[in-house]
Order: sequence, then C-alpha cells, then structure tokens
Amino acid sequence: MQPHENSGAFIFRNGRVLDPSRTIDRIADVLVVDGRIAEINAGLDIGGISERARTIDATGKWIVPGLIDMHVHLREPGEEYKETIASGTAAAVAGGFTGIACMPNTHPVNDCAAITQFILERAKYYGSCRVFPVAAISRNLEGNNLAEYGELRDAGAIAVSDDGRPVVNALLMRRALEYAQTFDLLVIAHSEDPTLSGGGLMNEGEISTRIGLRGIPNAAEEVMIARDLLLAELTGGRLHIAHVSTAGSVHLIRSAKSRGISVTAETAPHYFTLNDELISGFDPVYKVNPPIRSLKDIAAIKEGLADGTLDAIASDHAPHSVVEKDLEFEFAANGMIGLETSLPLALELVREGVISPLQAIAKMSFNPAAILKIPFGTLRKGAPADLTIIDPDLEYVIDVNRFRSKSRNCPFHGRAVKGRAIMTLVDGRLAFSE
Amino acid sequence: MGFNRKDLLGIRDLEVSEIEHILELAQSLKEINMRAIKKVPTLRGKTVIHLFYEPSTRTRTSFDIAAKRLSADTYSIAGSTSSMVKGETLLDTLKNLEAMRPDVFVVRHSASGAPHMLARNTDASVINAGDGMHEHPSQALLDMLTIIEHKKRLDGLNVVIVGDIFHSRVARSNIWGLNKMGAKVTVCGPTTLIPPKIETMGAQVSYKLDQCLADADVIMVLRLQKERQQQMLLPSLREYSTYFGISPQKLAKTRPDVLIMHPGPINRGVEISPEVADGPYSVILDQVTNGVAVRMALLYLLAQR
Repeated sequence: MQPHENSGAFIFRNGRVLDPSRTIDRIADVLVVDGRIAEINAGLDIGGISERARTIDATGKWIVPGLIDMHVHLREPGEEYKETIASGTAAAVAGGFTGIACMPNTHPVNDCAAITQFILERAKYYGSCRVFPVAAISRNLEGNNLAEYGELRDAGAIAVSDDGRPVVNALLMRRALEYAQTFDLLVIAHSEDPTLSGGGLMNEGEISTRIGLRGIPNAAEEVMIARDLLLAELTGGRLHIAHVSTAGSVHLIRSAKSRGISVTAETAPHYFTLNDELISGFDPVYKVNPPIRSLKDIAAIKEGLADGTLDAIASDHAPHSVVEKDLEFEFAANGMIGLETSLPLALELVREGVISPLQAIAKMSFNPAAILKIPFGTLRKGAPADLTIIDPDLEYVIDVNRFRSKSRNCPFHGRAVKGRAIMTLVDGRLAFSE
Repeated sequence: MGFNRKDLLGIRDLEVSEIEHILELAQSLKEINMRAIKKVPTLRGKTVIHLFYEPSTRTRTSFDIAAKRLSADTYSIAGSTSSMVKGETLLDTLKNLEAMRPDVFVVRHSASGAPHMLARNTDASVINAGDGMHEHPSQALLDMLTIIEHKKRLDGLNVVIVGDIFHSRVARSNIWGLNKMGAKVTVCGPTTLIPPKIETMGAQVSYKLDQCLADADVIMVLRLQKERQQQMLLPSLREYSTYFGISPQKLAKTRPDVLIMHPGPINRGVEISPEVADGPYSVILDQVTNGVAVRMALLYLLAQR
C-alpha cells in the first residue's frame, strides 16, 4: 500500500452511516481529510476545505467502516499462479474490504519473521489494502513444535493458526494457547478431528449416502471445538474458531460464551448460503473443508449470527486454479474464493431479516478488528479513513470473469444478487470505485 | 416409450418405461448369444472405448463381448496402462480419445461421479460401468433381468441385500431400480456397513438377518472386502461370516423358491458359503450370462442414437 499520493479530501453527502463501533445508524455526511475521518454530521459545513474536497453524493448508499476479512488465503509466497498479494488485495477492495488477514499455509509456510516481513513488504508495494499476516501455530504446520511467536509478533503477525490443518496434539494446542498470551496473540483454530473426517469428501448424510461420496460427520468439527473450548478455559488463552459449519458447533460455542470462556467465532457465507444437495452433480466448485452442510445446519448458523454466538463473517477465500479443480470430485482441492461475493451474500441475510444492517457491518468490520486487536473497523473521528460505500440496492449477476482474483473457483457464478461495494477508501486513498 | 438419452449414468435418473424398454430389448438380444455364429452387424462402424480406471474382469469382458457381438470396434484402456500414471488428467485423456471420434465410452472409475464429469465434457455417449460407491447401472439391470426370468415379475417381491451396503454401488443401483419396479428392498448388515439415512433412498434397514430372510424372494449377497477390518468397520471376517454370511443353515427357514444372487467376485466362505454359491437357489452364473445381453441392449440404444 503506497503512501497517499491522492489523499485529498472527500465529502460523502447524505449517506446512511452505519458505525457499529458506536452503534450509529443514521443519515449524515462524512468528511475525510488527510487520511483521517474528520467529521460526521448531518448537513456538514466544510467551509475552507470545500475547494479541495471531492464531493460524493451518497444518497441511498451506506457509508460503513472499511470491511475486514479475517480469513483469506493469498497464496503468496509459493502459489502465485493461484493468487498474489497484488491480485488478492485487488479482489479485496473490489469486495469492499480495506483489511484482510492472510493465513500462513503458503510455501514456505509463514512460520518465521522473515516470511511475515516478506508478506508485509509485498503488501506495502503491491497491495491495494491492509494485510494482517497470521503466522503458524506450529513450525511448518507440522503440529510438533511451536513457531517463534515473539519474533512473529514483532515482525507484524497478529494471530497464529495452522489453518487448513487441525492441531491434532492436545498438548501442543494447550501450549499454543498459553504461549500466545505472552505476546497477546490470538489463536485461530481449524477445528477438525482427522480420524473422524479422514477420507471424507462432503457432509455426511442423506446426500453423501445417495451419491456415494464419503461423508464428514458434524462431530468431526464439534469434537475438536469442544476440546479447544476446554483448553481455552484451562489456559485463559484467546481462542477464535474459524469457519464454523455445524449446528452442534454453534451450540458448543454459545454455551462456552455463556460460561465466560474467552472465545470468538466466525462463519463463511457458503455455510449460511449453500447446502450439500448441490453436490449431487459432482461439481468440485462445491468442494470445501469444512464441507457445506445441511439445511438444519444453515438454520443454526443463521441463529448463531443473529444472537452473536458467531462474531464474524469471513470468506475463507481459497483460490485454486483449474489444475486443482478440474478433476474428479474425489481428487479436486478443497476451497472456494469469496472476497468479491461475501458482502452481497451477507446482505441476503439482512434482507431475509436474519441480521440488521448494523449487525452485518459489525460482523464484517468492527468485530473482526476487535478480535484481532487492530485499530480499524470504526468511523470514529480521527480514525484512519478506511471506509466502504455500499449500494445496497444494486442488482447484478455474479460473474467470475469480472473478478480481480486470479482464480475462478466460485460457486456463486451466475447468482443474481443485490448490493455491492461501489467505493473503497483505504487510509484516505481511493482504492476502488465503480 | 423408447430411450433417447446420450448417456447411461445411473438407475436413479431412469423412468420405469426406460427400464422396461432396456430389459425387453435385452431379452430379445439374448438369443444372439446362443447362436453358433454369435455376431450381428448392428453396430458395424461404431467405436466403443472401454476406459477402466479400476480393476475389473467380469464387467470389462462382458461389455467387450457385448460390443463385439454387435460388430462394434472396441478398444480397452486399463488403469495401469493408461496415461493417468504419467500425470495426465482424466479430462485430458478424454479430450485426446474424443479426438479419435469414438461413439461410446464405457467408464469404470474408483471416484464417484467420474463418468458424470466425462459425460458433461464429451459429445460421445458415456456408460457408467461402476463409479466409486455411487452407481453400477448395468449390474442392476442385469440383476433385474435375472429376477424377472425366474420370478416373471419384480412388482411385489421382497428383495434383501446383505452385506457391505456402505461401499456398494451395486446396492445403490439396485435400491433405485427395484423400488421403481415395485419391489420392496431391505438392506441388512452390521451397522458399520449400513450408510446413514439409507432409508431415504427407499430401503428398509435390518440388522437381523434371520428376520429378513424368512420373507425374502431374492437374496442379493454383496462382496465383503477384506480391508474392511483395517478400517475398524469389523472385528473379524469370522464374526462377519457367523452373523451375515449366507450358509445352508441360514437358508433353512427361507422360502423354497428363494433366489441367491451375487454380483461377484465371490469371497467363498466369507459372505457366502460354497454350498450356497453352487447350490440349487443360486442364479449367480445366470447373472453373468444376462450381463452380456443387458450390455448389448445399452450399447445398441446409445450407439444408435
């Protein structure tokens, strides 16, 4: 992210300002000067600044804190043919995101300060938005020894995770939750018991039986979440559960929160939008881990979002090329991209009445920022001018050929949706506009 | 009604009238296999490629004989000799073979859905000769033909499928087909080998072999692969055989006209005792004979398209 060469001033007139950090939902003007939020009020008189301020009529639009996706795979270093920091962050700002957390399962793995620094350097020069590296829990994601959390934190890592793989060894998970507290790092869990999910290709149930694909039972996720909740209680470490997909997981997390355990959780749009019936045609675009589940699970995920059990919506953006995806279902890679579709899918929940506009924005900006302890996700006066303008009524059909991402593995291609980011400001600089 | 599909991928997709049409045609073609000169010119000039990514003796030979008796030219590509070992993807293999203008691909693959992916990507016809744990439609059709020959009907019959239902494409195709044709299907085996929610496919579930054998008109015995012990699905083949193996003692209380079927290959002494496999109720070799006729019918219907 280059320092602001075009960081003039912006005045957004007459928009619906949604700022979950202060529970604000009202019509107002927003003034941005020198990369900061300068003022928010109705009928702002901007006096002397008006000369150099660009005026944008935001009537009918939402003005929200820049969205933050806390679960993204950028693939750089190592798999640049799938995505790069440049292409991934370009996709992010097109989707309304001003900050993204990138997972460490690159090649080489982000398990040492040098890789974290490399990612941040690349992001500085080639990135369109802020990048927050998540480092590995264990060296080389092997689940044997802790990575060097102190050096990683000092290099700029904001959390640790072995995402893509579970931490099988309970003692290692205990140590990670303990040691991470030394450096105030969040521990993000990919919750899966591989002995229960082993060889599974999709949700276990009626459809897996019918089409003869090995199933992954809900319990494969829930067993691990239950373990990690107990370990979080034991250690007092900050635990975040990634990509929650089952009704039972929502139940476990809800009850843990009510007992005061320090846990937060996210789900991804595909877990509240897609069900396993879609796999009947064997299209690997629907193959993802954890797998898309049943309608009953979808209903529970929505309840979890509504009552706050699930704090964040994150895309788990996982780019793959045709080399990994154009194969027999069994051999195709897990994962789907989501940076450019998360927002319209979250807005479907708003129109369904599952969550309010303010809740949706909280789960995609303020909450992930709070979980990661980064000073964004707010429109407070003086805060960095990371903000997103959303047209909630814009109707269009999702077309992967228009994506900024290098990959096309998106199950929502062809879906008619409503609402998208039309302007994204990062640090007061116009990073995207349509 | 005839049969106007490009592909035959599964029994679940078929209408009752289509199943009837295939079975009637198979019955009429069966006579060719009894002649001294077992060949007709029907598919002369047509090209059939057998694409077998999983070991198979019976099914591949059966399809090959069926195609040759109809005068089609056939080519076999087996898993071990195929370019797949060189790292070529299934779709690339398909595109290369398609460039040689075949009319029909007969596909066997260990991955469920592989024939479906091929069918979407070629103008040639695709016959699913068994995909993973999903479907094996020609097997279900030959099973139905065999039952009809002995029982003169399918409607109202009690069919019990015994054994490893979980991993069986034969069971799945038969559940669909027999249900469509009015038979009542019960699946029976240890809980670990019965897949979840199988009843939603239209099968009743029983864990008590004696109870379901009493009313059975047909008993389909499935092969039990020996690896199932290593997968913690069974404690031992001995215990399996004791409770679910079909022995003369277990048949003592069955109907006198019960049919014993098995899709092969048989593990003698595990899921079926030699006395039963070779005994008076067994129609196992009739199944193999009918397999050629059913596959002739399928190749005829698809290649003539």
